[in-house]
Amino acid sequence: MNNLLEINNIVKNYGAFKALNDVSIHIPEGSVYGLLGPNGAGKTSLIRIINQITMPDSGSIILDGEALSPKHTADIGYLPEERGLYKSMKVGEQALYLAQLKGLSKSEAKKRLKYWFDKFDISAWWGKKIEELSKGMAQKVQFIVTVLHEPKLLIFDEPFSGFDPINAQLIAQEILQLREKGATIIFSTHRMESVEEMCDEIALIDKSNKILDGKLNDIKRQFRTHTFQVGLNTLNPKEVEASLKQHFDVLPADFKLLGNELTLNVKLGKNNSANELLSFLTSRGEVQHFVELMPNANDIFIQAVNKNK
Amino acid sequence: MSKLKLIVQREFIAKVRNKSFLIMTFLSPILLVGMGAFVFFLMKKNDEKVKEIVYVDNSGLFSKDDFVDSETIHYQDYTALGVAETKKKVEEGDYYGALIIPKQNSLEILANAIEFYSKDSPGMSVMNSLEAKIERKLRNEKLNDFGIDLEKINASKIQSNVKMFNFSGEESSKLINGLKIGVGAIAGYLLMMFVMIYGTSVMRSVIEEKTSRIVEIIVSSVKPFQLMLGKIIGNASAGLLQFLIWGILIFIITTVASSIFGIDIIEMQTSKLPAEQLEAAKQAAGLDKMQLIIQEIVRLPILKMFVLFIFYFLGGFMLYSSMFAAIGAAVDNETDTQQFMLPIMAPLILGVYVGFATVINEPHGPMAVLFSYIPFTSPIVMLMRVPFGVSWYELAISMTLLLITFVFMVWLAAKIYRVGILMYGKKPTYRDLYKWLKYKG
Repeated sequence: MNNLLEINNIVKNYGAFKALNDVSIHIPEGSVYGLLGPNGAGKTSLIRIINQITMPDSGSIILDGEALSPKHTADIGYLPEERGLYKSMKVGEQALYLAQLKGLSKSEAKKRLKYWFDKFDISAWWGKKIEELSKGMAQKVQFIVTVLHEPKLLIFDEPFSGFDPINAQLIAQEILQLREKGATIIFSTHRMESVEEMCDEIALIDKSNKILDGKLNDIKRQFRTHTFQVGLNTLNPKEVEASLKQHFDVLPADFKLLGNELTLNVKLGKNNSANELLSFLTSRGEVQHFVELMPNANDIFIQAVNKNK
Repeated sequence: MSKLKLIVQREFIAKVRNKSFLIMTFLSPILLVGMGAFVFFLMKKNDEKVKEIVYVDNSGLFSKDDFVDSETIHYQDYTALGVAETKKKVEEGDYYGALIIPKQNSLEILANAIEFYSKDSPGMSVMNSLEAKIERKLRNEKLNDFGIDLEKINASKIQSNVKMFNFSGEESSKLINGLKIGVGAIAGYLLMMFVMIYGTSVMRSVIEEKTSRIVEIIVSSVKPFQLMLGKIIGNASAGLLQFLIWGILIFIITTVASSIFGIDIIEMQTSKLPAEQLEAAKQAAGLDKMQLIIQEIVRLPILKMFVLFIFYFLGGFMLYSSMFAAIGAAVDNETDTQQFMLPIMAPLILGVYVGFATVINEPHGPMAVLFSYIPFTSPIVMLMRVPFGVSWYELAISMTLLLITFVFMVWLAAKIYRVGILMYGKKPTYRDLYKWLKYKG
């Protein structure tokens, strides 16, 4: 797969403070890419550089095979973490203005706005001022102006923090549809759970450094602890648990099943395989539940950040 | 359409649609001219009423010849009626007042013994005119006592009127100098007001973008410099439009008002002079004087002044509004702007003070020239000097310096602006601003 965006060795200093230290990230075309990291790690600095709001001290950025230049602002849609609209400007005029700044012609912008306003069923707001709208309504307008010019690259900084749950879901769906149409999407967030199910690849930034990147599944595999959730129907659970402990690392269960099974978390030892555990279990009773406990993005995030301390 | 043009357009429309802009543009000239016309109308009405003044002359010195009726004052001799009866009559009747001239032994005593009675306190001009009449009479009496021939005294009166020329052969007068001072002062003051009003408007607009948090969305499409420049140009255009509308409105209103109230514009301007002085002026030069004034008004470099006003307004506005924009970008809300406002306001106000203090006395003195070169005061001070005629090389120096400085200032302000618009939370210090200047890109 081609990379839509290649970020190479970006360094950015603000006075004595190093915001980004030699960060390189490659974002495949058509992917949903998670840019993860704690607050103040440097995510927003990097995004601002991609948006050419600020310039890096060194390093290069390649968008769609070309060095990033001012003409590329039309290829990028950006929804910043701190966002808003002109309060006293009318919705329609404002959307037209922002679309034209992104290089759309007025007539084209009008046509597309009509499509989106119809889709979100907000055509009646065209002549209203933003200050007359509720926050949720303004959020829809905000989303539309971000995607209206159909950019190749969409960047959402903390996309769901400002949105109410209903809008957040609506927008999550729209974002996935945009990917279907070929857009590449960057999510920047410190709340992993909100993007985990959407991201194909992630990069983890902490204290100005990229400490981890790659396909989410690969990373999960890398961080797996070989722990299995086990549910077993057996006549003498105490005895089974005791004999399990001789071969495996057994932890109390942190999950619940529907019946009265013996529930445990079992961690494989170095020399054990999953099959060994399974055959051990089947010999002692009826296996109701057997699932490998995969680390979620949050666990990975915490582990990686702690390791980086 | 280019992005800068889009921004200029938006800023211009946002400004012009604003209610306060509409009110200021359309209401203030109407108010200004309307009030002026109203006051003048009242004054005229007031003057039209003939004042009846009676006098009781017990000294026997005065005669009807000494109290000649004018258009607005009629005199009546009530000596026969006696002091007490006259006072009573004046108090009850429709009279302006009674002048009581007692009998005294010497003219010196008499000079300070004359009394005036009236229901309301009399106007200054009436009293001045009465005193002048009495003084003239008593002086003539005294000259008579000394045995000096009045005819000869009158014949020996000479009035000198030094005509002033500049080397390009134009004649001028003191009156015209006053006019030039007035025109220059108004232009300079207007410029300061415009820069302040529209400068703070740029600042507010920047703060609004910051607090509504739209700014990051905008700068992901355009360069911060473009946004700042667009804002400045948009506001300057709104300012020019307002200025233009004012000019047209004032012209229309004055024309209409003068035809309704029958006010002669020329009369309006000259009638401000004290009557005596005007008379003296008329006597000295005959009707030529009036013609001279009109000639001089026409001869004032109006076109040149207009062009220079536009240039210095734009130059001064660019210079100052870029600083206003930088301040707006540095802070989160308007209350935090206070600490940065003084360094901007100070040179503006200094310009007006220096203009009033030096240009009026000596339009081409060293102080006036110096401050018309310094770019921070030159728009104001130079505009004040222009009506007196400023040589082209002085204008060239002043304008070039202003141009260079405003380009430099816009560049400097853009650096602060660029960083400031994305900074929230902390109230910046001057040291912070200095640090921001050094950030790259």
